[in-house]
Amino acid sequence: MRYLVRRGIMLLLTLWSAITLNFLLPRMMPGNPAEVMLAKFKGKGNMSPQAIHAIKVMLGLNNESLWQQYLQYWHDIFNWNFGVSYTYFPFSVTHEIAQALPWTLVLIGVTTVMSFVMGTGLGIWAAWKRGSLLDSTVTSVFTFASSFPYFWFALICIFLLGFETTVFPNSGGYAATMNPGFNMAFIGSAIYHSILPAFTILVSSLGGWQLQMRNNMIAALNEDYVVLARAKGLPERTLAILYAARNAILPNMTSFAMSLGFVVSGAILVELVFSYPGMGNLLYSAVSNEDFPLMQGIFLMIVVCVVLANFAADVINVFLDPRVRRGGGDA
Amino acid sequence: MTSALGVLKPFWQNKLARAGVIMVGIIVLMAIFAPLITPYSPNNSSFAPMLTPSAHHWLGTTQAGQDVYSELIWGARQSLYVGFAAGIASTIVGLVIGLIAGYAPGIVDDILSYVINVFLVIPGLPLMIILAAYAPVHGSLLIIFVITVTGWAWGARVLRSQVTTLRSRDYVAAARFAGDGMWRIIFREIMPNMISLVAAGFLGAAVSAILGAAGLEFLGLGDPSINSWGTMLYWAENSGALLEGQWAWLFAPGFMIAVLGTALVLINFAVDEMANPRLRKKG
Repeated sequence: MRYLVRRGIMLLLTLWSAITLNFLLPRMMPGNPAEVMLAKFKGKGNMSPQAIHAIKVMLGLNNESLWQQYLQYWHDIFNWNFGVSYTYFPFSVTHEIAQALPWTLVLIGVTTVMSFVMGTGLGIWAAWKRGSLLDSTVTSVFTFASSFPYFWFALICIFLLGFETTVFPNSGGYAATMNPGFNMAFIGSAIYHSILPAFTILVSSLGGWQLQMRNNMIAALNEDYVVLARAKGLPERTLAILYAARNAILPNMTSFAMSLGFVVSGAILVELVFSYPGMGNLLYSAVSNEDFPLMQGIFLMIVVCVVLANFAADVINVFLDPRVRRGGGDA
Repeated sequence: MTSALGVLKPFWQNKLARAGVIMVGIIVLMAIFAPLITPYSPNNSSFAPMLTPSAHHWLGTTQAGQDVYSELIWGARQSLYVGFAAGIASTIVGLVIGLIAGYAPGIVDDILSYVINVFLVIPGLPLMIILAAYAPVHGSLLIIFVITVTGWAWGARVLRSQVTTLRSRDYVAAARFAGDGMWRIIFREIMPNMISLVAAGFLGAAVSAILGAAGLEFLGLGDPSINSWGTMLYWAENSGALLEGQWAWLFAPGFMIAVLGTALVLINFAVDEMANPRLRKKG
């Protein structure tokens, strides 16, 4: 329990630093991005004086002290007020994020879970059959797959399956002729559009899980208690799954909980390549249009989710691993 | 010299390491001898644009009429430079902070560990993109800087925990009683015992720097006029190489990045195996 409290405090501090960093960045940068931003907003025309004032407050352009701006910033965060997006004016940042988030959550969430389950399974298998042809093939293929730029693999997939042969659509999250809604036709179209992005993410992320699990597993298979169990004559399958894998999976579980936090940031490059209407694409359009309010909002969202996921990882660890419970662990 | 060879011999005998070293060697040679092995200058844009591969242009030409093959070979220089510079920079930052945090007791360690944790938690790519987007000038130095800022923390954490275990060893205590200062102990006594960790950290950092740089350049956050593999992919994507059937222009730069990344990962495996006997293959 003391461990969890310590970790909780630690993560709250992290959250505070990240949010403060988010506040300071546009104010510290040379060339004053805020001035540029305001000029752009004014160029949009028909903005009420209140809206201009709100933007000034958000970007730190009014004459308040840094401290007052900081307090105002926190006030806005707790009211879910991230300001108005420049690119998608007059929509608010919150509105844009709410539009993009479900796409990313479903696509990246599902692929993250699939990748973890498949990668971990393959890792256990490869470690169990260590040194076999199968192990070396699987391991070297995944080593290669995890060291190429995944957006490049996505481009190749689009080229082969979206242009040369039109098996899959080459962009978008659903057919352009449809209106988003909860009906079978739309969901079908969304699934059809997600197959290729999901596949590319899977291929490039499986390797990480597989390699990590294989290494943990090999270390666990050499532990004394496994040697003893083998000496007692327990079948290899029991050894691998009930003895070694149960311990080897602990670090992987932690990484998994953390990677669920990263889901929100989306697979930025894959979403861009496929023009997928998710968070990654939104961040890209914010960046390429120098839409600082939208950038700040998205980054804040990502950081909060990652910190929460980290805390979840700690809680899971406490439940799964009695050593952490007893020893208090190393923060 | 003989002792250096003695260390390198088992490394060379390791099949993974040898494959990796040869692959990196070929790419480095390519970068060095680029003027000799390319038929044209990468900046020569006097050819017909958007040609598909032919005998004159092995990988076709770009939208601006440059020879893709020449760009690819010359691009190795920029990609190696950014990858290794950012890898070295983040290793040094991680090394210094990790060593100090691990060796210094109390409040210094607490503060540094806290900073390390913050940087580990903040997701790398979004932070990289946002830092690069705020910056007024785009170029390779910015990319190196951004990758260093987002990439040093992992190495720092690994090294810190190693130092904390080495700190209480007898030989360190002996050095302290002999009156050695903190820096001398850190660099003369502790660091030589962590060379393999530092090497592994550098290789990992270089791989993520190469991939990170490619990603940033692909997003257009680099300097699009610099010739590198990432910017080649940026131009290929933005001038519709896919629609025009320019598969070679699209395929080649990513493949080179993948080969370089794989080579470094292979070397890293070998370093890991040598440092950690439990990962060694039986027999």
